[in-house]
Amino acid sequence: MIRTRGLTKDFVVSRHETVHAVRGIDLDVEAGELVAVLGPNGAGKTTTMRMLTTLLAPTSGTAHVAGHDVTTAPHRVRAAIGYVGQGNGAASVQQVRDELVLQGRVHGLDRRAAEYRADELLEALDLAPLARRKVDSLSGGQRRRLDVALGLVQAPPLLFLDEPSTGLDPHNRANLWEHVLRLRTRSAESSGPPTTIVLTTHYLDEADTMAERVVVVDHGEVIADDTADALKADLAGDHVALQAAPEHLAVLAQIAERDAGTREVAVDVTADHDGAGDAGPDRLSTGVVSVRSTDGTRAVPGLLRAADAAGVDVLGVQVSRPTLDDVFLALTGRSLRETALDPSSGRTPDLTKEVAR
Amino acid sequence: MSHTTVAGPPRVPVAPATTPSRAGRFWGDTGLVLVRELRPLVRDPFSMLFGLVQPLFFLALFGPLLVSSLGGTDALGGDVWLWFVPSILVMSTLFGTTGTGSNLQMELVSGSHERLLVTPMSRSAMLVGRALKEVVPVVVQALVVVLVMLPFGLRPDPLGVVLTLGQLAVLGVGIGGFSYALALAVRKQEWMFWVVQQTVIFPLMLLSGMLLPLDGGPAWMRTVSYADPLRYVVDAARELFAGDLASPAVLWGWVAALLTAAAGLAVGVRTMERARA
Repeated sequence: MIRTRGLTKDFVVSRHETVHAVRGIDLDVEAGELVAVLGPNGAGKTTTMRMLTTLLAPTSGTAHVAGHDVTTAPHRVRAAIGYVGQGNGAASVQQVRDELVLQGRVHGLDRRAAEYRADELLEALDLAPLARRKVDSLSGGQRRRLDVALGLVQAPPLLFLDEPSTGLDPHNRANLWEHVLRLRTRSAESSGPPTTIVLTTHYLDEADTMAERVVVVDHGEVIADDTADALKADLAGDHVALQAAPEHLAVLAQIAERDAGTREVAVDVTADHDGAGDAGPDRLSTGVVSVRSTDGTRAVPGLLRAADAAGVDVLGVQVSRPTLDDVFLALTGRSLRETALDPSSGRTPDLTKEVAR
Repeated sequence: MSHTTVAGPPRVPVAPATTPSRAGRFWGDTGLVLVRELRPLVRDPFSMLFGLVQPLFFLALFGPLLVSSLGGTDALGGDVWLWFVPSILVMSTLFGTTGTGSNLQMELVSGSHERLLVTPMSRSAMLVGRALKEVVPVVVQALVVVLVMLPFGLRPDPLGVVLTLGQLAVLGVGIGGFSYALALAVRKQEWMFWVVQQTVIFPLMLLSGMLLPLDGGPAWMRTVSYADPLRYVVDAARELFAGDLASPAVLWGWVAALLTAAAGLAVGVRTMERARA
């Protein structure tokens, strides 16, 4: 469905400065895949997407989208793809249904077919009561659903979504995805493979839960490409945090080192997880041994038995599954969250966060 | 890198059942764009009247000064309204159509223009459809001005009014084309749009002899005024309003309006086709 080879894009900022926004991307996407392109702001996600959707001409390299070359046959690419950009696709002075009908007409449907399709999509995206409303009277979530409807008018085999849920609250994000995924499966029931979807996002959880495949982009290059689970298992591993008294930490760390699944061990003596205000002299301060393990849940019983045998009192255990942020951290040494606009989904327990840094 | 054959992804059937010819595509899309642009005007026709505020102020507050400062209506051919109302019609055309690029600017910012760029819609049609839409506000506004002035003693030749409206419509399409081209050209610095628009309209207005007769002006001004297409349209409108339909000035008005339309559309289409996001 998509095939790029050595795709690059340079932006000439001034006579002395050229930004290499995309530095040679080779990407293959098969029909029916749901691929998330993940990366920090400025990584080249959107630039890549704009080249694939014919909005930008590549500086070098080739890209075939839906069977056509974006440089030599942009018209055919445009006819074949649906595109939901970062902005709002429907003009604010227009009425909702009019924009959908126009989109269908532009894609070659006659008036009746375009109207039928518009009504079908309004119904599917819960926009039917808004058909006669002016676009600028819609809420953010409604506008975004309308954008998706516009991208789906000609039932394209391939849909591009550029940061589809940016700016939406969690409820509206979930709602948008529910609609997108339902329409995708519906297209699968009626005709062959499900709609191929390529989306960019900087919401980690979105890439994690929605995409079947995650392509991690940084500095204009693909630095990882696999399922989210495989990326996490290969690159990050689970976090196991073992709490113990400070004098036991060294021994505990040695025990952790010996476990077969262990990849990395760090000791944090200063971690203090007591409640505030309790500053009595006999207060028990604790430290944490944090272990990066291939399979944390399986490692824990062995670690506890070994600790017990060594006379180490383990005061608490926490196992956290890695996030895509851990993957990015493992790949680049930087956290995606530092660059992302979105404070994370909050699925990672605080303890793990502290330990991981 | 060499890349002769692409044994890549499976070919997907994409073309609709009937693929229109290039020309068919252009005219069909132009119609779609035209109708789309007209809808907001039809649904809210009063929005067209806001564009009349400035021209009506000129009519009400500048008109009386004109007569007194020229010491009578002799320099104006005897009837101040037959001289000045045509000016106001060209003025409202100028103000409205030079600013119309801001509509496109809003769509450039919001992303709705981008959405249409990722469709097979003809780029030229995006421009031409928009420019043709200018006919409606231009004609409606001119008609309103004429109707408002009838109770104040304006007595134009009816056929002359109709022909003037036609000439203004053609002129407006051309200026609209330039305005959209400007909006596309300065899309990275939006504020530039109104700076350029304001910078351009005043010399065009004053050199056309719209507000004051050029006869009394310096020779260089009269020479420069020949390069102002509005001058010919203003002159033609005055002849038409006075009922002199066969005057050579009318013919020159048509030439100026048609040349402006051709140039505006050409520049607009070229800019639209070259503009990549």
